[in-house]
Amino acid sequence: MAETLLQVKDLKVQFATEDGMVKAVDGVSFELERGKVLGIVGESGSGKSVTAMTLMGLTGGVNSRFEGEILYKGTDLLTLSDDQMQQYRGPELGMIFQDPMTSLNPVYRIGDQIAEAIRTHEKIDKRGAKNRSVELLRAVGIPNPEARVDDFPHQFSGGMRQRAMIAMALSCNPDLLIADEPTTALDVTIQAQIIELIGRLKDDFNSAVIMITHDLGVVADIADEIIVMYAGQVVEQASTRDLFYDPQHPYTWGLLGSIPRLDRPRPDRLHSIKGSPPSLINLPQGCAFRPRCQHAFNRCMERPALESHLDVATHLDRCWLDVPYKRSHRDETISGATEAA
Amino acid sequence: MAAFLVRRTIGAILVLVAVTFFVFVIFIVVPGGDPAERIAGKNATPQNIENIRHDWGFDRPFYVQYYKMMEKMATGSLVSYTSQQNVVQQIEQGMPATFSLSIGAGVIWLFFGILVGVISAISAGKFSDRAITVLALVGVSLPIFWLGIVTRYYLAEGGLTSFFPDGEYVPLTDNPAQWFFHLILPWTVLAVGFIGFYGRVLRGNVLDTSNEDYVRTAKAKGLPPKRIMRKHILRLSLIPIITLFGLDFAGVLGGGAILTETVFDLHGVGQYAAQSINNFDLPPIMGVTLYGAMFIVVFSVFVDLLYAYLDPRIRPT
Repeated sequence: MAETLLQVKDLKVQFATEDGMVKAVDGVSFELERGKVLGIVGESGSGKSVTAMTLMGLTGGVNSRFEGEILYKGTDLLTLSDDQMQQYRGPELGMIFQDPMTSLNPVYRIGDQIAEAIRTHEKIDKRGAKNRSVELLRAVGIPNPEARVDDFPHQFSGGMRQRAMIAMALSCNPDLLIADEPTTALDVTIQAQIIELIGRLKDDFNSAVIMITHDLGVVADIADEIIVMYAGQVVEQASTRDLFYDPQHPYTWGLLGSIPRLDRPRPDRLHSIKGSPPSLINLPQGCAFRPRCQHAFNRCMERPALESHLDVATHLDRCWLDVPYKRSHRDETISGATEAA
Repeated sequence: MAAFLVRRTIGAILVLVAVTFFVFVIFIVVPGGDPAERIAGKNATPQNIENIRHDWGFDRPFYVQYYKMMEKMATGSLVSYTSQQNVVQQIEQGMPATFSLSIGAGVIWLFFGILVGVISAISAGKFSDRAITVLALVGVSLPIFWLGIVTRYYLAEGGLTSFFPDGEYVPLTDNPAQWFFHLILPWTVLAVGFIGFYGRVLRGNVLDTSNEDYVRTAKAKGLPPKRIMRKHILRLSLIPIITLFGLDFAGVLGGGAILTETVFDLHGVGQYAAQSINNFDLPPIMGVTLYGAMFIVVFSVFVDLLYAYLDPRIRPT
C-alpha cells in the first residue's frame, strides 16, 4: 500500500456574487497515493479547475467560502494561512496551467523564472539555481538548454513554453503535480508528447499527478482513477479501466461518445451533449444533468447520491437508472447509434 | 540600432519643421498679426510702417520669411519684434528656472503617482482606495492657476500665513536652500494634477496585470506577495506610465508649465512663451515652440529605447 498523499473530503467551494452564491464545487471527495494519477474530467464550468486551484490555495478571497477538508500529508490545507500555504506551493504542490502563451511572464528570461521558484524555497546561489534550471529544461526535452535558458518566452513555441512551465512546476520537487488542461492550447501532435512527458516525470520525481481535462482521451492512458464532474458535483468516480469499460452515468457516456475513435465503426456524426451546463447559482431540481439527459424519468426530480451500484465498491455514480438498463442503452450514445438514426 | 536612430532622427527633423511651420502659418493667418504695425508703434505713418515692412522683410513671400527666420534661429541671431532682445539668449536665461521646476515636480509626481496608484490598487474597493480615488479626482480637476493663486494666498509671504516665499526663482548656484524653499509651492502645484492622473492610470494597470495568467503562475510558484507585486505586477504595469511620464516631463521641460511659471513668476521658458503670446511676438513664439518640440521629440526616442529595455518582446533582434 503506497503512501496516501492527498485526501479530499467533501470539498465545497462557493463564491458570493451579486447574483447569488455560485456553488462552483459541491462535495468532491477523493484520495490520491504517491505515484498515482487522478484525472478530473468535465465541461467548462463543471468545477474541475476550481477544485484544482483550491488545492493550490489560489481561490481565496473575500467572496470565497470553503467547506470540507483537503488533507495533504495529514495537514488540512484549508486551515492554513496565506503565508503557510505559500511554503507548500513549489516544494509540495506544483501546478501547470492551461495556456502556456500567457502563463509565463513575458519580460523575464525562461531560466530566471525557473530559478526564481528555486531560490524562493531553497538556499542556493544564482549559479546553482541556473544550473538547476538548465537541467530541468533538459529533463523536459528542450533542445540545447544551456542556450535556451536565457531566452524570453516569446522566443519559445507553444509546446516548448508548456515544457518550460512543467520544468518550473517541478523545479522544487513537488510531491503533487496539478496539471490544469495542460494540452488544451497545444497542437494535437504536441499534446501526446506533453502527456507522455508528464507521465514520465511523475515517475522520475516520484510524485502524484492530478490531470484536469475536458477530454477523456487525454487521461485514458495516463490516469489510474478518473472523476467525472458536472455542475460542481462528481457524477461518476471509478478506476480508469472501470470507467471506460463499464461507464455508469449518461453524462460520462456523452463524454465518451464525443471522442473520435478509430477502433470502432465510424458513426455518421460524433455525439454531442445537447444544451449547455446549468447556472451554478440555480441548479435544476434533482439531478443536475436531468435537463440534458435523454434517459431522465420521474425519479430524476430527486437528487441522486454518489454511491456504488455495482459489485465494484470503488465505482461510484450519481444516477437513478438501474444497471441493466444503463448497460443496454449506453452504446447508443457512446457509439453514436442514436445520432445515426 | 543605427538604423533606428537614423530613422528617428530624420523623423524628428520633419516633426520640428512641421511644427514650426504650422505655428508660423497660424501667426500669419490670425488677424491683427501684422508685425510691422506693432513694431512701428501707435502713431506711425503709413510710410513708416511700409519702411519697416520692407526692412524686416515682411513684404516677401511667407515661405521666404519662414526660411529666413529659421536661418536666424539656427545662427542664434533671432531677435524679438517688440523688445529686440535675442530669442535664444532669452530662452537660455529661462532654462535654469524651468529645469528646476520640471525636474523637482517630475520627481514628486512620479514618486507620489506610483505610490498612490499602488496603494489604491492593493486596497481596491476598500475605504482607503475610495478616499484616494476622490482625492485623485480632485487633484486632476483643480486648475493650476487657481490652485497656484490659492496656495500663494494662504501659504506664501504676503498672504495669510507666510510659510513660504512668494514666487520668484533663486538660482541654485546662488543659494541652494533658498532655491529649494522658493520652489516648494510651484513643485507641489504643478505635481498635484499629474499625481492624481498617474495614480488613476497605474491603479487600473496594476489591477489588470494582477489578473494575468503569469501572476497566477508566480503565486503557484510560492513567491511571497511582495515579490509578486514588485517583480511581476509593478514591472509590467509601469511600462505605460513610462510613456506618459516621458512625454509629460518633456512637455514641462520644454516650457509647457506656462501657468505654474506665470503664477509664481519664475521667469522660466514657459513664462517667456506666455509673455510673447500676449505681445503677439512671433520670433520668441517660434523659438519656444522649437525648443519645446525638441524635448518632446528627444524624449519620445528615450521612451522608445526604455520600452525596448523594459519589454524584451519589442527589442529589435
